[in-house]
Amino acid sequence: MPITEQQVRHVAKLALLDLPDAELSATARQLDAIVGYVEQLSQVDTTGVEPIANVAGLVNVLRADEPGAMLPTAAAMAIAPKHSADAYLVPKVVER
Amino acid sequence: MSRPTARAIAAAVNAGGSTRPAVETALAACAGDQLNAVIRVHRERALTTADRVDARVRAGERLPLAGVPIAVKDNLCVEGLPATCCSRMLEGYVAPYTATAVARLEAAGAVIVAQTNMDEFAFGSSNETSCYGPVKNPVDPTRIPGGSSGGSAAVVAAGYVPVSLGSDTGGSIRQPASLCGCLGIKPTYGRVSRYGLIAFGSSLDQIGPFATDAADAALVLQTMAGLDPLDGTSAPHAVEALPGGDALRGLRVGFVPGHAEGLQPAVRAALDATKARLQAAGAVLVPIELPHERYAVATYYVIGTGEASSNLSRMDGIRFGHRAEGADLRAIYAASRAQGFGTEAKRRIMLGTYVLSAGYYDAYYKKAQQVRRLICRDYETAFAACDVILGPTSPTTAFKLGEKLSDPLQMYLSDIFTIASNLAGTPSLSLPAGRDEQGLPIGMQLQGPMFSDARLLAVAQALA
Repeated sequence: MPITEQQVRHVAKLALLDLPDAELSATARQLDAIVGYVEQLSQVDTTGVEPIANVAGLVNVLRADEPGAMLPTAAAMAIAPKHSADAYLVPKVVER
Repeated sequence: MSRPTARAIAAAVNAGGSTRPAVETALAACAGDQLNAVIRVHRERALTTADRVDARVRAGERLPLAGVPIAVKDNLCVEGLPATCCSRMLEGYVAPYTATAVARLEAAGAVIVAQTNMDEFAFGSSNETSCYGPVKNPVDPTRIPGGSSGGSAAVVAAGYVPVSLGSDTGGSIRQPASLCGCLGIKPTYGRVSRYGLIAFGSSLDQIGPFATDAADAALVLQTMAGLDPLDGTSAPHAVEALPGGDALRGLRVGFVPGHAEGLQPAVRAALDATKARLQAAGAVLVPIELPHERYAVATYYVIGTGEASSNLSRMDGIRFGHRAEGADLRAIYAASRAQGFGTEAKRRIMLGTYVLSAGYYDAYYKKAQQVRRLICRDYETAFAACDVILGPTSPTTAFKLGEKLSDPLQMYLSDIFTIASNLAGTPSLSLPAGRDEQGLPIGMQLQGPMFSDARLLAVAQALA
């Protein structure tokens, strides 16, 4: 089932990417070619095979919950495009 | 190339020589770069670091990398230096902290002289997706150097520096090492801390060195490897020294007969020649099969893009990097990302978002994780019968700039031999193995079981 322009628009929205209408059809074609290639995975019999997330078999790696060195606020703010002394500045997100 | 090795430079400095000659030579070479391999030279910082190394040595310290000039890929954070992943998205970003791997090298006396070009966010096999433009292959400037660590491969192959750092998610160290004619190793997953490496595929990424020989690569790897509390996936395994003795006599070398199919004839000839050399040195050749390897590229383009789309969601224009104007928060995110990311980055983010989206997760991501386990099992079976696996790193030598840029799938298939070991987490290196009829470098890949990095390097050293 080929990927439609409507699907591309939906995925772009999920991915938080502005995608001009002019690029929709080319993007659909390219994604379709790659997804078509990936479809070959359906040929593999994976009955009863556990999905693997970490090749070393690690599950949860815990450490002591103790305060340690952290990035100073000023250093974090210095690399932000818009900031005050201790906060990132964005348009209002809550109406009241 | 008769440039001194990292070992020779460190030995001279530890014996009381100044760090200056080697550092100045490297700085001059990087400043005169004609390949677009170097994107930033850090002369003052390098000279200050070098002076500090001199003072430490004068005070009686002996440092394994004393005064060794290195170049690092632009996705490694070094406090106070830009780290842009060669993307407009991170233009202006200056790292507020240093990657563990880099910090360990500097603590051991290494001197960062430059940062190197790469495919944008490491998405590419030709170093053509960089916002700074493509890197040229040092052997033939009309050709690609391989990618994504093309700059780091080129600076070592061209002799600017004895060693450099890259990162490898699907072949991004080994493929450019092969195409440029130097040695590059992707260590076992977990061997080197990923803290401070700007993430692409967190279950696949490893930092590794480029070098002119295996002993230099081993020196760098040993210095930066080991457990790091800042990376929960870093491994507690001890980092072995290179095994002494005859690395080849009695070595069981596995090879997949199917790997010889479809290769450029000169690459096939080099593979045959390497097998013959191994046999002559007393190694035993063992035919093996990796039945699910043919699915590695498909598996990788689901897992790698899924992880990338998740990792790159932090590039939102708010906390760092490029920010566009917008009426509301969502508009700022979407416009910042649309302006900041290049074509290939957008493609991979879209693909990754698609395979993780509701209704497709089981068919793609979960399926890929299941096939990934089968690929891991293939290796476990294979390494019961052999100690290392020999094969080509790349099916061809370096292709022309622009040749595959418009066909993403063909580009993805250039990593056909390198991807499986990222999926399995196993170590893998590429070593120089001659030239084709046009003089272009050929590389052979050696793969081993988990944590056999030192043995792979010993075999590569014996083959040099």
